[in-house]
Amino acid sequence: MKKLITLNINGQEFDLAVSPRDLLVDVIRRKVGLTGTKKGCGQGDCGACTVLMDGRPILSCLTLAVACQGRRIQTIEGLSEGDKLHPIQESFVEHGAVQCGFCTPGMILSAKALLDRNPHPSEEEIKLGIAGNLCRCTGYKKIVESIAGAAEKMAEGEG
Amino acid sequence: MSVHDSWRVDAREKVTGQARFAADLHIPGQLIGKVWRSGQTHARIVSLDATEAKKIPGVVKIMLAGDMPAHTTWSTYPFLAQGRVLYQGDAVALVAAESEEAALAALAQMEAVYEALPPVLSLDEALEESAPILHNSYPDNRVANSHWPVRKGNIREGFEQSDLVLEREYRTSHVEHAYIEPEAVVVMTDWDGSLIIYGSTQNPFNTRRAVAAATGYPLNKVRVVQQAVGGSFGGKEESVGLLAGRASVLCLATGRPVKMTYSREESVIESSKRHPFRFRYKVGAKRDGRLMALQAELVDEGGAYNFQAQFMNWRACVHAAGVYHIPNVEIDVYAVHTNHVFGGAMRGYSSPQIIFAQESLMDELAAALGLEPLALRRLNFLREGDETITGQILHEPVNAEKVTLRALDLADYERKKEAYRRQDPDTRQVGGIGFATCFRGCGLGAEAPDATGAILSVQEDGSIVVRSSLTDMGQGLQTAHAQLVARELGVSPARIVSKPVDTSLVPEGGMTVASRGTYSGGKPILQAVARIKQILLHVAAQKLECSAGELAMANDCVFRREDPSQKLSFAEVASAAFWSGHSLSVTEWFQPGPLRWERETGQGEAFPSYTYSCVVAEVSVDRLTGKATVTKLVSVHDAGRVVHAGAASGQVYGGMAMGVGMALMEGLNFERGLVTSTNFDRYLIPTAADIPEAVFEFLPSDGNSGAAGAKSLGEATVEAVPAAVANALAAAGYRLRTLPALSESLLKRERG
Ligand code: FES
Ligand code: FES
Repeated sequence: MKKLITLNINGQEFDLAVSPRDLLVDVIRRKVGLTGTKKGCGQGDCGACTVLMDGRPILSCLTLAVACQGRRIQTIEGLSEGDKLHPIQESFVEHGAVQCGFCTPGMILSAKALLDRNPHPSEEEIKLGIAGNLCRCTGYKKIVESIAGAAEKMAEGEG
Repeated sequence: MSVHDSWRVDAREKVTGQARFAADLHIPGQLIGKVWRSGQTHARIVSLDATEAKKIPGVVKIMLAGDMPAHTTWSTYPFLAQGRVLYQGDAVALVAAESEEAALAALAQMEAVYEALPPVLSLDEALEESAPILHNSYPDNRVANSHWPVRKGNIREGFEQSDLVLEREYRTSHVEHAYIEPEAVVVMTDWDGSLIIYGSTQNPFNTRRAVAAATGYPLNKVRVVQQAVGGSFGGKEESVGLLAGRASVLCLATGRPVKMTYSREESVIESSKRHPFRFRYKVGAKRDGRLMALQAELVDEGGAYNFQAQFMNWRACVHAAGVYHIPNVEIDVYAVHTNHVFGGAMRGYSSPQIIFAQESLMDELAAALGLEPLALRRLNFLREGDETITGQILHEPVNAEKVTLRALDLADYERKKEAYRRQDPDTRQVGGIGFATCFRGCGLGAEAPDATGAILSVQEDGSIVVRSSLTDMGQGLQTAHAQLVARELGVSPARIVSKPVDTSLVPEGGMTVASRGTYSGGKPILQAVARIKQILLHVAAQKLECSAGELAMANDCVFRREDPSQKLSFAEVASAAFWSGHSLSVTEWFQPGPLRWERETGQGEAFPSYTYSCVVAEVSVDRLTGKATVTKLVSVHDAGRVVHAGAASGQVYGGMAMGVGMALMEGLNFERGLVTSTNFDRYLIPTAADIPEAVFEFLPSDGNSGAAGAKSLGEATVEAVPAAVANALAAAGYRLRTLPALSESLLKRERG
């Protein structure tokens, strides 16, 4: 039985017919057509499907779409404003933290959630903040550096 | 490192979610394809029944073994099994349906009856006299063409002249590539009836070959277009060929586009693994440490089908003795079939396994001789003018000792080693420091022609398109190639678009393997740049009324060296050249000189150049829990001249992490031949929290054969890491001869 729901994704409302068992990741990718959210394991172990719900990171492969009504969902596509990259995105580019890029959207959203909650994290805190996001290419070092760099950028932006 | 060093052609698209991976494609009217797998270790298919599955609404097509026009890829894999299944991943049926849900429902309704056959569950079992025969054409269970011997000097005399002889056995496990993107393809037909395959493929030309084999199509009617690849490391080769072949058959059978995406479980079950090895080494040395003889048997597990063992083992025989001068050598490498998932290429090929065994052996030998690990190595390191075990005289600079001394220095090795030796052995947390040195033949060497191609075209507006026959799978090859072009033409990289491989557009240039993307792949690009440059300078010279020799190119301009104010913009020159009828699109091909190899003796020139590396590891072990942690890694690589510093350092850190995984945590678990660790909850790879402090340096060197002086790097970054970690663990009191060094093994092993 399909159910009609409305999802607020990146500030836009989408009316969708979903089945109660549909997962948020599949709805975002297939029905809404935003494919920046990735699926790497389908069971909550890799973090590639991370999106923000009311500012908090969630694994969209473990979340039922029907449970997301009335919540604000943010995906990687909603992070930049037009051509202007978010400071975290900018920092990932500048630090060379991107290789194959498959983990990148989830990684950046986890980083955003971390910095929103803790604007000046230590290296350890950054590592813990992204410990749920697997990356096989980079060895994480430049990712950690770019998150630290982004924190600085964002602090400057405020000052 | 400056920001510019980190520039990458695809970074912006990747941080915004715009980069398109194969699974992101959606073709109107597409069906979803699924594979039904045997789930058996070794069995005869008694019957397959799809009657109920066909009744599921939305199911469009079900194909069983026998419904396909051709049955195996170039090696021995069946697209669909025939009569017998040899491991759990063997496909016995294909389903195409309107939706994922319908396809999965159909799989649940399929029925099969199997009759179990006796399985071969390890390489030791495969070698037993009474072992079941898995392939009738190979009654000894040995993988075809996988035996590579090396014979040098006189092994008997070598041992007679030795004062000390040491024998050891080492083993490694099945390691999963664990690229975060699971394999995916979308197949459709073009209006002229040819097939177009969009896929996450490391080697589009191999994928094309597989599709041709599955469909019976000629190669010119199969077009493979590579999408952004979410990591590969050697993995997205054969499995993607199988996937694309099956999807193509479904596409032709239904007349609809077909999309197939693997779940993580399927990816683990049906993608190649790093070959597990069993090493039996016997080494002889003089009392002072001089190596006299090495005898070794290296057996690797090829799994159910024959894939790359024959190539892998050639590289293995060349590197089996490490970076040392040994006069008497007898080495045999061969692979065996089992009922496990197949072995294939994985970053480093056989080297990470071999270096673990052979560098552990060096440390054990040093201990037995009462020598320091460094002293033993320095006495035996290969030097310029020396002969390798395959009889090759090394004419290029040999930097084994240099990288080692530099790495030890950077790691403060001597001081730390002493400090660890003085540590209180009764504390809960103990530590150690150890290292490993190695070399790596650059490119394919005598294994296969290292030839490849590229197309460079300058547009009339001065923008540039570069297309290589080799692929970017995340390592940054498109960026490195764009960088070469930018540097040589004196233009900004922003001008350059570097495209992924499309088999209908570039010449087939072999596989992107063996870290040859820059080393060899850069060559035809440089050749093409030289030709374009000649044309542009000629045109500019006419305009500036001078000779081409007086001109230089930099800052997006062509100008007179004597008087830089006399200049033209790059775009002006490009436009003038185009409108005066010059060709600004150049296809180039690089073909290296032939290398000599004698198969029976393993003597010849293996590789034109070698990369030298040393890795120093520091570890800490919790004696109560057995948990080992790598606290610091230092590596020094002689990779010639590095083309793109940002991409190169990214390779180093990524390689270190992968090496730590292989050393401490990664190994597939099986139960009666069936993989039990099929997802990241049971197959653990390093997370950000597992990453040690990392320091590295490139030791620049000249006089090698690579493009712009570059040597192979991508694989060199990982290969010595497990060995260094093992030697560090040994220094902490835990000499383990099997990887991974799990806590259980450490706990079992008495310190001493
Ligand atoms: S796909 Fe959701 S955590 Fe891996
Ligand atoms: S960049 Fe490839 S998985 Fe992170």
